[in-house]
Amino acid sequence: MIAYILRRLVTAAIMLIIISMVTFGIFFIAPKATGTDPAVLFVGKIADDRAIAATKIKLGFDQPLYVQYGRFIKGIVVGRDFDSGPDVTHCPAPCFGYSFKTDQEVWPLLMSRLPVTFSLAIGAAVIWLVSGVLAGMISALRKRSIVDRMVMVIALAGISLPIYFTGLLAQAVFVYKLQWFPAVNYTPFFHNPALWAQALILPWISLAFLYAATYARLTRATMLETLGEDYVRTARAKGLQERRVIGKHVLRSVLTPIVTVFGLDLGGLLGGAILTETVFTLHGLGKLAIDAIGQQDLPIILGVTMFAAFFIVMANLVVDVLYAVIDPRVRLT
Amino acid sequence: MTTGLSTSAEAYTAGPPPRVPAAFLEVRDLRVHFQTDDGLVKAVDGLTFNLERGKTLGIVGESGSGKSVTSLGILGLHRTRSNARVSGEIWLDGEELISADPEHVRKLRGRKMAMIFQDPLTAMHPYFTIGAQIIEAYRTHHGGSKSAARRHAIDMLNRVGIPQAAKRVDDYPHQFSGGMRQRAMIAMALVNNPELLIADEPTTALDVTVQAQILDLIRDLQDEFGSAVIVITHDLGVVAELSNDILVMYGGKCVEYGSAPDVFYRPEHPYAWGLLGSMPRIDQEVRDRLIPIKGAPPSLIHLPSGCAFHPRCQYAEHNGIPCRTVVPDLPKDTDHPVRCLLPVPERRRIFSQEIAPKL
Amino acid sequence: MARGRKVLVATSVIGALALTAGCGGTSKTPTTPPKASGYNAALNAVVNPSTAKGGTLRMANPSDIDSFDPARTYYAWGWNMNRFYTRNLVSYDSKVGEAGLKLVPDIAKEAGKVSADGLTYTYTLKDNIKFNDGSVVTSKDIKYGIERIFAQDVLSGGPTYLIDFLDQGQRYPGPYKDSDPAKMGLKSVETPDDKTIVFKLKEPFGDFPYLLAMPGAGPVKQSADTGEKYANKPMSTGPYMMDSYEPGKSAVFVRNPNWDPATDPIRKALPDRIELALGVESNEIDNRLLAGTVDIDTAQVGVQQAAQTKIQLDPAVKANADNPVTGFIRYFSISTQVAPFNDIHCRKAVQYAADKVALQTARGGPEAGGDIATNMLPPNIAGHDPKLDPFNTKSGKPQIDKAKEELKLCGKPDGFKTVIAVRNRGKEPACAEALQQALKAVGIDASIEQSDPALYFRSTIGSPDNVHKKGYGIMTAGWGADWQTGYGYLQILIDGRSILPSGNNNYAELNDSEINSLIDKARAEADPTKAAAIWNDINKKVMDTATMLPFVYDKALNYRNPRLTNVYIHSAFGMLDFQALGVSDGK
Repeated sequence: MIAYILRRLVTAAIMLIIISMVTFGIFFIAPKATGTDPAVLFVGKIADDRAIAATKIKLGFDQPLYVQYGRFIKGIVVGRDFDSGPDVTHCPAPCFGYSFKTDQEVWPLLMSRLPVTFSLAIGAAVIWLVSGVLAGMISALRKRSIVDRMVMVIALAGISLPIYFTGLLAQAVFVYKLQWFPAVNYTPFFHNPALWAQALILPWISLAFLYAATYARLTRATMLETLGEDYVRTARAKGLQERRVIGKHVLRSVLTPIVTVFGLDLGGLLGGAILTETVFTLHGLGKLAIDAIGQQDLPIILGVTMFAAFFIVMANLVVDVLYAVIDPRVRLT
Repeated sequence: MTTGLSTSAEAYTAGPPPRVPAAFLEVRDLRVHFQTDDGLVKAVDGLTFNLERGKTLGIVGESGSGKSVTSLGILGLHRTRSNARVSGEIWLDGEELISADPEHVRKLRGRKMAMIFQDPLTAMHPYFTIGAQIIEAYRTHHGGSKSAARRHAIDMLNRVGIPQAAKRVDDYPHQFSGGMRQRAMIAMALVNNPELLIADEPTTALDVTVQAQILDLIRDLQDEFGSAVIVITHDLGVVAELSNDILVMYGGKCVEYGSAPDVFYRPEHPYAWGLLGSMPRIDQEVRDRLIPIKGAPPSLIHLPSGCAFHPRCQYAEHNGIPCRTVVPDLPKDTDHPVRCLLPVPERRRIFSQEIAPKL
Repeated sequence: MARGRKVLVATSVIGALALTAGCGGTSKTPTTPPKASGYNAALNAVVNPSTAKGGTLRMANPSDIDSFDPARTYYAWGWNMNRFYTRNLVSYDSKVGEAGLKLVPDIAKEAGKVSADGLTYTYTLKDNIKFNDGSVVTSKDIKYGIERIFAQDVLSGGPTYLIDFLDQGQRYPGPYKDSDPAKMGLKSVETPDDKTIVFKLKEPFGDFPYLLAMPGAGPVKQSADTGEKYANKPMSTGPYMMDSYEPGKSAVFVRNPNWDPATDPIRKALPDRIELALGVESNEIDNRLLAGTVDIDTAQVGVQQAAQTKIQLDPAVKANADNPVTGFIRYFSISTQVAPFNDIHCRKAVQYAADKVALQTARGGPEAGGDIATNMLPPNIAGHDPKLDPFNTKSGKPQIDKAKEELKLCGKPDGFKTVIAVRNRGKEPACAEALQQALKAVGIDASIEQSDPALYFRSTIGSPDNVHKKGYGIMTAGWGADWQTGYGYLQILIDGRSILPSGNNNYAELNDSEINSLIDKARAEADPTKAAAIWNDINKKVMDTATMLPFVYDKALNYRNPRLTNVYIHSAFGMLDFQALGVSDGK
């Protein structure tokens, strides 16, 4: 198991290096291919030729791409120095460079945005996992009943309705119409947990609604399949109480696909929930990414992409390990 | 127990006032019907038999003949979330089970009556260890500490012949061989010393040598515990070896019922002849063993008119007997009833002259 | 029909505004005094005038500012924000209407003394002007601030006009690479003493003070200059200083204890605190505005569709809305170099065929889009003439007969084929389609070519070679001025000598010697009124070339929180004057 995890970590590292190369390539070569220079993006509205030339040298765009990439990697590993005008600034490792637009260091910026995304993702995940799995189970146990049909219709709505619809609607109704929630800005958990939750409850529910639907459907389908399994019949033949049959034997099997999907969903979300964060003005990684894309702020885009890739790769690893824990037939060697 | 009995007796209103039977297990006119989108499936339709302690009944038939449904019906497993309608009477040790409180039946299940399922790879939960599953079966009915239950489980595994049981108790089902799994399954069924044991195709997936071992094991355990045993199989040979009585099912109904020697050596129903013909023989090579009866088992929604077996019967309309139109009864006043329109002497003649020599 | 009348009403309001400002000398007093409340009240008067101090001004913007570094901001609202913390030698007056376009001395004692040859501008600083750290602002701080603009390799993003006018062949690299130990190496700017600063130009340029009013020309203290990082904590000379700034999230300004109101005739400084929420979703800002939890959307480009509907349907809500011109013009450039538009009659045919009502609708209608434009100087520019309409397009209706006549004159009675270039962004493709439809009615078969917005102005239509190669006869464009004079607005679009191989703004390649010489005359004119008259003339001549097809003067439907005091539209920015705002409830 340990050897397996170590080997997977090495694979993950290689994967991240490839992702970094591809991302680097996309964001630094693509503009050139279409005729613009990344330096132009940096310079802004007035593209004074002198400014472009000077910026090119300053950002190292005059160097061959592999040298630029090498510097980028070096920055991540040992840090690098930047000329900030009157003096030289050292950007300590892991250095993802500086924002083109705000001159902030990318890494601390990512770290400052992570708690928001983390709060959003974890809270929503808890809600969608509990509600989705419960709804799916009830639906499966009461197959073809009114409850089942209602749950499935709601689930369909959840899957089909985009977050910028449900999110805006939720805000319009609960914040501005009914005024159940104040229009509050995100407050860090350790400042004030109550305000933290208050600001996040609608984003949680909106985001969870989207995912819970998938989980309800997945749970229902898996559960119906599992209920027909021989080992469930065996459990009943042993004289187990029905709630133990469902709660232990059935649920354990139902959880296997759920864990897989959940791990990957959560991993993906930790890289930033762009739409939810935008709709609810939560300054997390997703908002950072979308703002950076709007401003063509390459170092931030690169940083968030790497960060998100890291979470997804890690989520994959965790899911594989968990899978082995849940299903003894899977052996990690 | 007694109060449960009286309420259940009162609750049962159809037919004549029930009498408490003398036999340990008595099944009367059991019907299990399923409502499906395609129509009503009459999986078991009017089955009657009885069984004493220490005795073995073999139920034989093709898949789809209703034999597994019967066993699940006895365990009361059709009641839990199913579209089944169960009627008739099942008397176990003086109590009627169909009208009994489901929770009461649940408590009997796994304790007083237990079941060995076929294909233990799918019948055991892949995510729990063998030990855990046996322990669970024990503790559900006995409670007690986990360690005591574990000792009991190891003891059971030892008894069914699992080598190094103390070690293997923590293995998962997929780590056992097929025969070992079947033994573990038996250990799980026997862990509560059930008085009624139902073995559903206990040897189907196993090779011949292991089959024999398992059958020996069931017999030994029956001797030891004094249980009543129902063996369900499509293999007449298996029941012949184990059973005191044999019941042959076709299309959800009993077509022949009698003592093992009667049914095995003097079968009278053409379907039983067919089963006998397709029986694997230990003295023959493993070669076209299962000569199938021609044709397919009947649809349980639309049974053929007349004798349900007539489309496949070599002797249908034999000498102008109206097999296609007249539904044969199962005679009540004999200890070897056969559901067949052929006159008794005629079918005895056919068996001794035409069938037996070929076997 | 109703739509047409509405347009007429709106246009006459603008006309009245221009007239009251007295640009032509024929000013009339409006018959009804402007009401200080209600819809559009802030266009012509101050809504809720007050001197009550205190409270927090709550601002929000859908995105981050480009930079809080005065040398690096180019957003209109960024310049408006700078009025809180950056004081220039001269600044736009805090007055409603065209009076706001006038530059008044801010940290200079008086308007600059211009030498007789128009080449030297001399300013003397007021006493007691201090940075927020308490140090006194000297002329060297102003020179240093201007020098920073030259360091484009470090501080890019802002306007670079001062480089164009002050470098004068020196190739000054900016203070960070300045060989002068005092970092005072820019030769064209002299600081004979701490109170005096002298600018020496190569050629007379009457609009020079407008360049000094841009935030980048504000003072920066050399010892406090952190280069790239200056935006995160810029020094303040104004009434407020930055308390905190989290890029993309928020900025907070608090009172600057070292600002002396006695020295500042421009700024009101009413609230105690200014909070700016950044990166708030546009619809969310609208919701908060209407709920009263946000005072103003600093982008000031108009509320979103949902809020537009609410404002238009509810008179009580509408009373808190304004619909000012933003100073942006939407137009098509018709090439003089792509056949058959080298013939003026073919260009005129397009002018007559265009359906300006359809184009206005494509922009969002009279309120969210703007008024129909009939010439190239929008209402907030000195020299604007609402009557100038050589092709009689004010009603917005296409004139098919006239267009066909022109087609005959240019030898294409059955029409011709051409290409409309448009950038693939916002409402612009819809505008190109509206023109395409209208041209079809007179037999001109125009295809539309959409292009990447990032490249459009720089290389797609900004490169004459590319325009010729692709045969772009008509190019969709938009323009807003960096300062509100004819020169600041129009010169770069029409000066035949400023046609560039890339990044060209004279898309039609209009090169008319008469226009060129009039531009030179206007440029040297130090008297704004006289200059405005010349620009009016230039505008007329440009329209006569039929190379410019203006169709909308942009307007924005903005909402102001009713608790705001001293609310008015500032003509230099086409939006509320941020620094004047106060809050009536003191919260």
